[in-house]
Amino acid sequence: MTPTSTLTPPAVEALAITKCFGSFTAVDQVSLRVAPGTFHALLGENGAGKSTLVKCLMGYQAPDAGEVMVGTRERAINSPADAQACGLGMVYQHFTLVPAMTVAENLVMSRADLPWRINWRAEHARIEAFLQTAPFRIDPHRLASSLAAGEKQKVEILKQLYLKAKFLILDEPTSVLTPLEADEVLGLLRAEVTSGRLSVLMITHKFREVFAYCDEVTVLRRGRLAGTGRVKALSESDLARMMLGEERKQTPVVRTSIRSESMMEVRDLWAKNDLGLDAVRGLNLSVRTGEIVGIAGVSGNAQREFVETLAGQREAEKGEITVAGIRYEPTRRALRELGVHLIPEEPLKNACVPTLSVAENLALRTFDRPPQARGPWLLRHGQIAAAARELMARFNVKAASPQVPIATLSGGNVQRAVLARELGGPAPRVLILSNPCFGLDLAAVDFIHRLIIEVRNGGGAVLLLSEDLDEILKLSDRLFVMQNGRLVYETPTATANLADIGRHMAGH
Amino acid sequence: MTTDSTALAPIWGVMLGIAGGVIRGSVPFLYVSLGECLTQKSGKINLGLEGVLLLGAMVACATAVATGSAWIGVIGGGLAGLSLAAIHAWLTSLPRVSDVATGIALATFGGGVAFYFGKPYIAARPPVLPSLPLGAWSDLPLVQSALRTSPLFFIGIALAFALRWFFRSTRWGLHVRAAGDQPQSARALGISLGGVRTAAILAGGFLGGVGGAHLSLYFPGNWNEGVSSGQGWMAVALVIFARWQPLGCLWAAILFGGTMAIGPSLQAAGYGGYYHLFNALPYALTIALMIATCSKNQRLAGQPGGLGKGE
Repeated sequence: MTPTSTLTPPAVEALAITKCFGSFTAVDQVSLRVAPGTFHALLGENGAGKSTLVKCLMGYQAPDAGEVMVGTRERAINSPADAQACGLGMVYQHFTLVPAMTVAENLVMSRADLPWRINWRAEHARIEAFLQTAPFRIDPHRLASSLAAGEKQKVEILKQLYLKAKFLILDEPTSVLTPLEADEVLGLLRAEVTSGRLSVLMITHKFREVFAYCDEVTVLRRGRLAGTGRVKALSESDLARMMLGEERKQTPVVRTSIRSESMMEVRDLWAKNDLGLDAVRGLNLSVRTGEIVGIAGVSGNAQREFVETLAGQREAEKGEITVAGIRYEPTRRALRELGVHLIPEEPLKNACVPTLSVAENLALRTFDRPPQARGPWLLRHGQIAAAARELMARFNVKAASPQVPIATLSGGNVQRAVLARELGGPAPRVLILSNPCFGLDLAAVDFIHRLIIEVRNGGGAVLLLSEDLDEILKLSDRLFVMQNGRLVYETPTATANLADIGRHMAGH
Repeated sequence: MTTDSTALAPIWGVMLGIAGGVIRGSVPFLYVSLGECLTQKSGKINLGLEGVLLLGAMVACATAVATGSAWIGVIGGGLAGLSLAAIHAWLTSLPRVSDVATGIALATFGGGVAFYFGKPYIAARPPVLPSLPLGAWSDLPLVQSALRTSPLFFIGIALAFALRWFFRSTRWGLHVRAAGDQPQSARALGISLGGVRTAAILAGGFLGGVGGAHLSLYFPGNWNEGVSSGQGWMAVALVIFARWQPLGCLWAAILFGGTMAIGPSLQAAGYGGYYHLFNALPYALTIALMIATCSKNQRLAGQPGGLGKGE
């Protein structure tokens, strides 16, 4: 059957798009062209302007200058509904499924042409027919809240295909998938593109995906176009140079060997999640001094609940944690006396009080003892401010002043402030980190990794939980895979086999 | 009223009293809780229902007296509830306004307006709603009088089923659920959060006003400052107990209506002791339910995710 013009994807072109937020130029005269039936990668660091550019394409934001062309005509895309009408669809990192509704209800609700009265029999039949031709299958009667992150991602993609999108924009689609799931999803989308049914624009920062699946790549750096070209004609160092501006070597990880003894032991830890179901199931772990233990895993396998139990945000149902042989309860006194330091994910939510100032947040570990406290009741703000200034200088925390609320700082600076508080005092004996580098630019990531290695080489016991497998592979001495609340696989990092890790992450 | 009370064993007298109480007393609970269910499904809490109830009762009485028709009175009561809820809708659409504070203020305001303007109507005898004699099959006057049902009871039951169908099978119902469960998803779909929530709050206010109208135009059938026994406040607990499901609101309203009638029924059957204790039953039930269903570790199943958040 010859494909008609309505079945082939259109060419989509952005011409000289510019977008400013106040005095900050997020996107500066960027032009991008995705030919019909190609898989195009949009590469760039965090903060390079990729999300902003794509939001202008989709009508979420109006660009200050520039045009969007779909097919051969310029189109005014002022709202997501306009974008949908042109056949453009976007799949986000943060899911847009309504948890209390089933997959079918979510699919049906996203249609702009929904009649006021929904004939469910006809709609279910239509969904069934659609699923026959779709690249993946999911049970439409399942509640969105019961889906795992990987399944939610597939439903988001299915939703766009259901809305007959011919041009799909994916925003870091594999960040929540196991390596196996990522390959499955991208492989199936690649097949759709190759058969001429779809064009894909994928935002990513993973070179591996660019080389495995994409035809062309556009690189953004600090809001400007840094380079574009066919993937086959480019090498990894070309891409790195375009992305970062110069030939860049990552600081190598230097491990010193330490006489090592067991510092933190977790025995048979059980904890429940917010819905009252078992999340952490009988977790056993031993972290020794002078080592970094990495825990890899896709989000949603109780990593958050485990860290919350260690931090005292969640009660453990059963089990025991000891530090240096002493039973550890997550009280303020124990944290100080046993030298346990914690850097949780989403630091603004979990490690800071957003409305308090930077100085006050930096003092949260020490404000109740001299020199920052005077007697049992009074605080010495001069001491707090002086300590804050010193920490901010050492850890390069950029803020208008130490007295501004910490919520006004950028994500990277909030994370630096938390690091300053936790690592700026006496050296930690136990350091627990969860996704410490999420959403940060490469310079900040490098800085944080260096600090972690320093703690390890200084004899600290480091436990690193991360959804970024590359980070775990780079930093840890040995690693575990956490799946469904348990540690299911252990391997020394030097001899780690990526395929085995991936299999265990997926639960096989 | 009863001519031959010895013809019925006391236990049947109490049961009949409770049945009658269910039929009469559950109607305000039903309407107010259905209205609050709709409002909360869209993500907004309206604690001002007691004020809506009182204002609806007063305006219904006044309108019925002025026009001579009880049904127009009911509509009037509904519209009064809608206007009060409009204030709530407008205030809570402003940024950083607390739903809870506005609701409580509204309850006080509504009650105050109702009492002030209702003073001339305290002694009035408004035309009452016609009652359907469900007890006509019996010869006993006791049974007949206990089973006189207001038409609003049946309309209320139909409304519960209609609301369930609305949430499942209409576009606006899905939009309301999306706006309440995950506002950012609703916004991503282009749903106007403000429009959906305002409509839900207004509809909830209208239903609350109708519930109040039932008080002054059927049972007890007149207007005075004690006409409400706190049904507006209890309805908020009712919605949570019903897990935000319209049919759950129906059963819960029947349960609460029944418990309100236990005290008076027992007293009518001759057990006058512990009168105040039995009258406290509905309120004790409310507190017990809240304690049983709220847990610090879990979210309630069915709770709209966007409830109480500032979006």
